[in-house]
Parts: sequence; structure tokens; C-alpha cells
Amino acid sequence: MADITKPKVDVVLVGMGWSGSIMGMEMTEAGLSVVGLERGEHRDTNPDFAYPKIADELTYAQRYKLMQNLSKETVTVRHSPNDDALPYRQLGSFLLGNGVGGAGVHWNGVTWRAYDAELQIRSHYEQRYGKRFIPVDMTIQDWPMTYAELEPFYDRFEYVAGVSGKAGNLGGKIMEGGNVFEAPRKRDYPLPPLKNNAPANLFETAAREVGYHPFPIPAANASQAYQNPYGMQLGPCNYCGYCERFGCYMYAKASPQTCILPALLKKPNFELRDKSYVTRINLASDGKRATGVTYIDAQGRSVEQPADLVILCAYQMHNVRLLLLSGIGKPYDPKTGDGVVGKNYAYQKNSSVSLFFDKDVAINPFAGAGAGGQVFDDFNADNFDHGPHGFVGGAYISAMVTGGRPIGQSIVPADTPKWGSGWKKALKDNYLHAFNIGSEGSVMANRDNYLDLDPTYRDAYGLPLLRMTFDWKENEIRMTQYVTDRVVDVAKAMKPKLMHAAATKSGEHYDVRPYQTTHTTGGAICGDRPDNSVINKYLQSWDVHNLFVMGASAFPQNWAYNPTGMVGALAYWSAAAIRERYLKNPGPLVQA
Amino acid sequence: MKKHNPPPSEPGVASRRGFLFKTIAIVPAASALTTAALLPSAAQTADVAAAGVDYQPRFFNADEWTFLKAAVDRLIPADPEGPGALELNVPAFIDGQMESGFGHASNWYMQGPFKGDAPALFGYQASMPPRELYRAGIAALNEHCRKNFSGKTFAQLAPAEQDQLFKDMDGGTLKFEQVSAQWFFTFLLQNTKEGYLSDPIHGGNKGMASWKMIGFPGARADFLDFIGPADKVYPYGPVSIGKGT
Repeated sequence: MADITKPKVDVVLVGMGWSGSIMGMEMTEAGLSVVGLERGEHRDTNPDFAYPKIADELTYAQRYKLMQNLSKETVTVRHSPNDDALPYRQLGSFLLGNGVGGAGVHWNGVTWRAYDAELQIRSHYEQRYGKRFIPVDMTIQDWPMTYAELEPFYDRFEYVAGVSGKAGNLGGKIMEGGNVFEAPRKRDYPLPPLKNNAPANLFETAAREVGYHPFPIPAANASQAYQNPYGMQLGPCNYCGYCERFGCYMYAKASPQTCILPALLKKPNFELRDKSYVTRINLASDGKRATGVTYIDAQGRSVEQPADLVILCAYQMHNVRLLLLSGIGKPYDPKTGDGVVGKNYAYQKNSSVSLFFDKDVAINPFAGAGAGGQVFDDFNADNFDHGPHGFVGGAYISAMVTGGRPIGQSIVPADTPKWGSGWKKALKDNYLHAFNIGSEGSVMANRDNYLDLDPTYRDAYGLPLLRMTFDWKENEIRMTQYVTDRVVDVAKAMKPKLMHAAATKSGEHYDVRPYQTTHTTGGAICGDRPDNSVINKYLQSWDVHNLFVMGASAFPQNWAYNPTGMVGALAYWSAAAIRERYLKNPGPLVQA
Repeated sequence: MKKHNPPPSEPGVASRRGFLFKTIAIVPAASALTTAALLPSAAQTADVAAAGVDYQPRFFNADEWTFLKAAVDRLIPADPEGPGALELNVPAFIDGQMESGFGHASNWYMQGPFKGDAPALFGYQASMPPRELYRAGIAALNEHCRKNFSGKTFAQLAPAEQDQLFKDMDGGTLKFEQVSAQWFFTFLLQNTKEGYLSDPIHGGNKGMASWKMIGFPGARADFLDFIGPADKVYPYGPVSIGKGT
């Protein structure tokens, strides 16, 4: 029994990041009473991301001040189902968010739409390359919705976020200077592209020379002053070089704070409760309906929040953990392949090439926006013939130099000593004249990459931690080797005096220490049937019809793209289904 | 409370001080550790001369402080290219870090069971927060030096000997019983670079000297007018978040 029971509301949101903020707006606009529960603290641009204190690499980029405090809760990691997992004790590989705004505060802002070929990935590959092209242990599956269904919702999120970019396909017309491979969009981005910094300029020229199709990275960093549909005012990005891992002091980076929350917090039917750590989704005795959630408040008291509708917006990892802790859905078993909760966890595989130039080439690496740069998609998705290569997936290749922070972003040649005068000289000689380009690539779902509850390690409240079983498979290693060679093509065309390529080799294991991406996906995947997914195409739980699960946990497999564009679109898409259909007739939106 | 320091030293002065440090004779082997620690060591002399103030460590004891100064001086020495970690007050930075959340592992998951010998790619798994790791690592390294270098501590060794020890710790060939030499060195090196390159408000990078050396504008964080072709180096020097640096 909880210590306290709150009055019932129509909707309870678990987590107040992007999904929670979008759902909060949508549900309050529908006239419902909404409580948003956030386990972390309330934060706002002023005072939490104010200049000059925010321009502090040590505090924010190295000590991770804006991110999850792992002492209370983390995940455990093992490479295969036969191993014991160990806790992810320090942040490294992925940087979990926390607090109001979540990871939407400290992200870069790269914002994409999906390719149809990736939404229909299994059908598409089987049709083009044959059924045997996909390995048996690669448990990829089609998404249950199409690009055409999602198009208006991508548009919606892009206009709320103020994405700066250049369309490559306007209603079927290919636009030069945009992504010539992209799916058609009805209208252009709300803002023109960010300016190229020096690395982006060099990369764009070289990529065109080699014959690829570079375009400006679609960036939720406002290239101009902008007012979004909620009346929120974004400021122009000034390329300050303190973007990802930081909050934006210019109101230029899209975040729940800059795009939604001030408008949402004014609504009389919305209440935000911070320091409210949800530990369970409560179910009626028949297990088919959620009655609300239980959370631990700032004083450590357990509180029950009854609600007619529960929307899980807690981030990919925590969504899956909450489903498991609440006993909702059948947990996945890698031995049998049965079960769905925790299935198809995936990640991304990156590579980089470091380029070094002479002293007459002034890179000014510190002048960068979080999502500023140039990219080409010629080796992403199924934009190229996979037949000769024997892997599924691909990567986007880009020069996205976001800053020149000395501790974390300075670049020295590969043979530089790790300390001493040699290190110092290399740092000094190369700091202003070097940058990285690289690839960000897809990791496909695999039978042995999944999430469940750890049998040994617990959080600060005594609840089991989420356990990640994950390792690289041959597929993504083949992919990264191939795309890195394409990165090298472009690097050579830039004529550096020195360059060094680094790509994962066959047999290498997942290393949690270096930052890679925070684009963890899966575990509560969407699908067209209850036996292959946790949620249906509207992100509604198959098992509990008044429970909806947002976030990248819905992704059946990962792709090369950053996930937030899809996460935002899915939240608006799901909200539309709730508003237009579910509320009028509560029940399953898709017949199982 | 961190004390503010006088203007930064120029490279020429730094190299003179570096030369001074190196030519002060290694304390004779006959001196016991404790008496050597009581004498003003070369490291302390250089530090006081550079800082102009007498920084009193809050966490490290006298022996540890002696080690730390020698260690950071080896990791980032002063030379004609630029200042070293010692004169940029990196020891003071690290001392401050030991007293901070980082030193106490306040944001790390520190519940057991602990598998400290786990493969490195699972990250640091031992039960010691950084402040304990430094304490145990310094003691173990000095003990190793006394056993293998005729009673000398790390600070009393020749630079080449110190470098070789670091290489062996980093490479995993030198191991200690009660603490991981490799993890201790990993943190020592990382924290030294952090102290060298972070904003002076954290106690190191005195006078923003490392930023001036490499051309990083610090906390300027506004480059709208400097975005574009690779033809002009940003013309302004660095600023710190704090005042009076």
C-alpha cells in the first residue's frame, strides 16, 4: 500500500523529456487533466543553462552534470547470454538523461525522417536481395506503419523544434543541395540550413568531387530567430561550441524547455511533479487495464497516482525496465525466441577518420553547432547495392565538428605519445589544424542482443536493474569496414598532410568506456502482431489497452540516423490516434 | 577556497624553471623518505616560485603531495613548447577533485558485488572511489620504488625511470597487490590533462596558459562572425568563466 494516494487524473505521463512534453501538450489540448511525473529535477534555460557558467567543459562534458546520476540507478552489461553482467558504473558509451527535458536538453539536435525502405526493412531486403540475404539470427522486422502515414507528424515535430535544413525531395521533385535520396516531404524545413564551418566546407567540396551527394545536416539548432506553433521563441545559434552535453544558453537548440514547456506549464489542466521516481505501473486485477502508477517522491514516500491513461515516456531503457518491473507483457527469452519485452535491443556503430592539415589551414574547431555540418547518404539505408557486400544496413557519412573543447575534442595523430613533451607538442601543433569526419551506422536486431532484469544488482530502492546483453555482430563490423573506406575516399580528396582511419575490427567486443552514441533502441518494439511486438502501430500496449509506450524502445531495429526525429513524430502520431479514436472509444486500436 | 595566482609565466621562464627542477640533485639515497619530505623539495620550490602562494592540499598528505607534483611534472613537463602541469597548478586541481563529487564517486554506481579485475572494456569496477584509488595507488607505487630503487620514492627517481614506471603501469606489466596500477594511472593521466586544459575556475590551467598555447578561446562561446572558410585563425585570446585569471 502506498503512503499517499493522489486524486485520479485522466492522464499520467512517466518522464518529462521530449515525448512527455509532446504528450502533455496534446493531452491537455484535448481537454484532459494531466500529471507529468519526472524523476529528476525541474530545469530551465535560466538559470540552469545560463552563460557563462554553462561554458564549462569539465563540469558538463566530463563530469556529466546534466545527466543521470548512476549511483541511484544504472544498467548492467554483458556481451552474451552466457555471461554475468557487470554494472555500467560510470557514464561512457551512452549518456543517459535526467531531469525535466531529459536527454532533449543535452542532445546535438540532429533530426531525421525515416526511409520507407528502412520502415519495410525485411520485406524490402527479401524482395531486392532474396530471403537468404538476411541471416537467421538477425531478428529484424518491418515497422507497422509507413512513411506516408508518418509524413504529417514529422512535419509537425520539425516545425515545433525549428529544424534548420534543406529539402531534397519536395513532393517528388528532387532538390539539388538537399538529400536526393530522402522520402518526399510536403514542405521545406521551417528554417534554412546552418552555415558551414571550415570542416563542413572542406568536406562538402571533397564529397562532391568524389561523386557523392552532400547536404546540410538537418539541425534542431535554429539558424535564425524563430517562433514555433506554440508561440515559443527560439534564438539564432551562434556556433558556440558548447552544444551536446550542455544546455543551450541562446534558446537556439530545440529542447522541451525552448519549444514546449513554458507553454505547457501555463495550462491549468497540467501539473508537473519533479523528483517523482516511478517504480511501477499498477494494473487492475485482471491485468488488462492500468489503474495508474506508483512513484517515490522527494521525501522517499511512496505515492499512488491513479489515472485512466498511462503514457510511458521514460526513455528507451527505462520504459523497458518499467514494463518488466510491472509484469506487463511476456519477457523475451533468447533461448527459445519467445516473448517480446526486452527483445531486439540495438545500438549504432561508428567510425572516424582524423585529418591533419598544415598551419595555413585555420580550422577553428571551437566554432560549431551541435548539429551543424555536411553529410551524405550515398551509403546509408538501401541507397546502394548491398548485393556484393553481404551486410544489411549502412551509415551516414559526415563532417560534424561541433566544438573544439580541449579535454574531449582535441585531436592528435595516432602515434602521438599519451603523455610528456611529445603529447604536448602534438596537441599544440594540431589543435587549430585538425578535425574528424566519420560514419554513424546501423546495428540490426539480433537474437542475442536483448534486455531483461538483472538477477544480482539493484537500484537505490532495492529494485532490479535493467540488464543489457549486447555485442557487435559480424553484420555491423562488415558494414563499418565498408563505409569507413568510403569516408577515406573523401578524406583523401581533402588532401590532408596526414590522416588516420579507425574502424572496429572483426572479433572486437563492445567497450562501454568511450562515448559512441546515446541512440539505444528497442526492447518495447512496435509491430503488427502481439507475438512479434510489445506495442501496436499507435504505440499502444497489446496487453494493456490504456498504456502507451513512447520513445526509441519502439524501434524494431536501429538505423544510422539519430532517433529523435522519429521519436517526436511517433509521439504526435500516437497522440493523434489517442485523441481521434481512443478517447471516443477506449480499447485496442488494432485488432490482435 | 582557491587562491588567485599572479600573471602566467612565459614559456622562457617556464623552461628556466624546468631546467632548475631537473638540475637540482636527486636527494641522496641515504636520506629517508620522511626527512626528504620535510626538506623543501625541488617540486615544492618550483611550485611556490610559480604560484607565488603556498597552496595547502586539503586531501593529499605531504608524501602524496610530493608524489603528485613529481607525477604531473612528468606527465606534462614544462618545455620550449609551453608550460607544464606543475606551474599550471594541476596538483591543486587534482586535490580539489579528490574533495569533490568526483573524488567520492558520487555519480558512479557503487553497489556491490565488485569485480575489480574485470576486463577493462566494462569500465572501472573496483569499490574504491578515486580518492581512495589515488591514496592506495600512490602508496603502492612509492612502496614499489623503495623496494626496487634502493629506497627512493617516485619523486626521487630520474625522469626516465619515472616514465618507464608509467609505461609499465599503463601497459599492465606492472601490477600492485591491493590496487590496480593500470586504473590508477588511467585516472592520474586523465585528471592531469583535465587540470591542464579545464577552465581555471577549477584550480588548474593557471592564467589560461594551456588555452593560449593551443589557441582555444575558452568561454567565449560565440562565433557567429567567425563561421566560414578555413582562412583566418580566430584573432582573440581566451576568457575564463571566472574573473581575475
